[in-house]
Amino acid sequence: MAQVVLKDLNKKFDEVHVVKDVNLHVRDKEFVVLVGPSGCGKSTTLRMVAGLEEITSGEVHIGERLVNDLPPKDRDIAMVFQNYALYPHMTVYDNMAFGLKMRKFPKPEIEQRVREAATLLGIQELLKRKPRQLSGGQRQRVAVGRAIVRHPQVFLFDEPLSNLDAKLRVQMRVELKRLHNRLETTAIYVTHDQVEAMTLGDRVVVMKDGLVQQVGEPMEVYSKPRNKFVAGFIGSPAMNFIETTISDASGALYAETAGLRVRVPAGRASRLAPYKGQAVTLGIRPEDLREAAGGDPQDLVFEALVEVVEPLGSEILLDTRVGNQTLVARVDPTVRTKHHQKIRLAFIPDRIHFFDNNTDEAVA
Amino acid sequence: MLITAIRPDAELYRSWRAATNTPFWTLHPTLAHFQDLLARTTFPRWLWNTFFIAIVSTGISLVCGLLAGYALARLRFPMAGALGTSIFVTYLVPPTLLFIPLADIIRDFHLGNTPWALILTYPTFLIPFCTWLMMGYFKTIPKELEECARIDGATRFGAMVRIIFPIAIPGILSAGIFAFTLSWNEFIYALIFLSSPERKTVPVGVVSELIRGDIYFWGQLMAGALLGSVPVALVYSFFVEYYVTGLTGSVKG
Repeated sequence: MAQVVLKDLNKKFDEVHVVKDVNLHVRDKEFVVLVGPSGCGKSTTLRMVAGLEEITSGEVHIGERLVNDLPPKDRDIAMVFQNYALYPHMTVYDNMAFGLKMRKFPKPEIEQRVREAATLLGIQELLKRKPRQLSGGQRQRVAVGRAIVRHPQVFLFDEPLSNLDAKLRVQMRVELKRLHNRLETTAIYVTHDQVEAMTLGDRVVVMKDGLVQQVGEPMEVYSKPRNKFVAGFIGSPAMNFIETTISDASGALYAETAGLRVRVPAGRASRLAPYKGQAVTLGIRPEDLREAAGGDPQDLVFEALVEVVEPLGSEILLDTRVGNQTLVARVDPTVRTKHHQKIRLAFIPDRIHFFDNNTDEAVA
Repeated sequence: MLITAIRPDAELYRSWRAATNTPFWTLHPTLAHFQDLLARTTFPRWLWNTFFIAIVSTGISLVCGLLAGYALARLRFPMAGALGTSIFVTYLVPPTLLFIPLADIIRDFHLGNTPWALILTYPTFLIPFCTWLMMGYFKTIPKELEECARIDGATRFGAMVRIIFPIAIPGILSAGIFAFTLSWNEFIYALIFLSSPERKTVPVGVVSELIRGDIYFWGQLMAGALLGSVPVALVYSFFVEYYVTGLTGSVKG
């Protein structure tokens, strides 16, 4: 049980600066997920915590210790790799016992701990097998088992579910979460899958180009993205971005583009006032658009042409066109429409986001 | 080779135009050539010399090749790529060129006409060979395996010995077999650095002791060649399973 603190962490491979001034405080027992597109430096950050990558500058603290110069074996961590990294020449039992053997634990205790972990993960019958005789999901469990037998201070996960098929991934995701709730060990988890990040993390760290874009609880990152990148990266289908111009008429601000005119909610008007006459990006999530009802104020409603209808059962995704922009709307399954038909959609006003076109920062 | 080895001299030296000439089988097979070979030459001694030299030089080369191959495949250090290439280049220097300076060195160390002359010169081509083969093999082993071992509590050296080497056994075996065969069949260094008949290796002994003047003792020559190739054939067939996976395969996580 320990906290992990990263201070001004940097990593350069020759001239390439892959991790830039990362500051992060992972609290004791917390499950933090680093998420971002490939090449954003999330794995490198994790590997620096593990000690597998040298730190160019900055500090890594695990618990109360500065671990910059400690070899991986002395950091009291356990790591689960994307390709599981099971030792192919050892049985499952020996794989799980390896770390304890290296640390010279007495035999009975090794035995007891391995059995305990195997029971927890439901792999008791597999202990005598070799890794190559296991399915993907079973290998994954063994890899997790190998990490938990050691009772480390911190778990590190490097995209552990990426090699599993979609169904198994969802299942293992739930199991990992349950395991964490039970073991209450600090964990840092790297993934490029924003759904994994949202569902697993107590907090989510969104990274891009080596920079931390936003740190926050999943729902906070989702509903209050700090910039356009986070807004577009988190959520599926992605947030709609519409290029608009801010204008004012009869004491209210409007965001306008061809075929669309939305009144800026009164609470946001003061922040957007300086942008009068300028272009800003309006962001709206598909689920924050709904079919307009009779009572909706006219300045939140617009007409769109349906191009594609994707019924998903619990909801329908509509790919629509407004002027020269495409918008995805997630509407109730009761909505009846076909392609080439027109539909009237309404914004949910307090879920509209605005982004500065120069800085991409949110204007809130 | 077998037919000539067991054919009596009378049949062996019959004119090819003779009515009784039978090139592909023999009417009166005999073991006389083998008896001659074993009794009248120091052939058993040659076998032992070859075996000893091949085993020791293979052992030395494997140890060096393993460590060097691992370092070149895994450690990041300046000039690693250049070093790898230059090791490969040394493998390309032909022995016919290299034996001249080597002879000088052997003389300076007073190693001439001892097995050590060969045991220490064979690694000049065996080490580059093993290094390259092992380097390629190590690169096919996912590096997460040893990273995981290092997190699990092993030092880098410990991870190498406990995790990487056991996984690399097919590669190590094929490097070993190749090195063993190369030194078993090596001719030119053995010809130059050894002079007394009882110190010679099979390839040299057979040629230098069984061709007397300009007479070829074909029966004994072939018997010697046959016996000389048996150990190599045995080694091959014994390890053939590993050997094939070593050349083609890697590990599946």
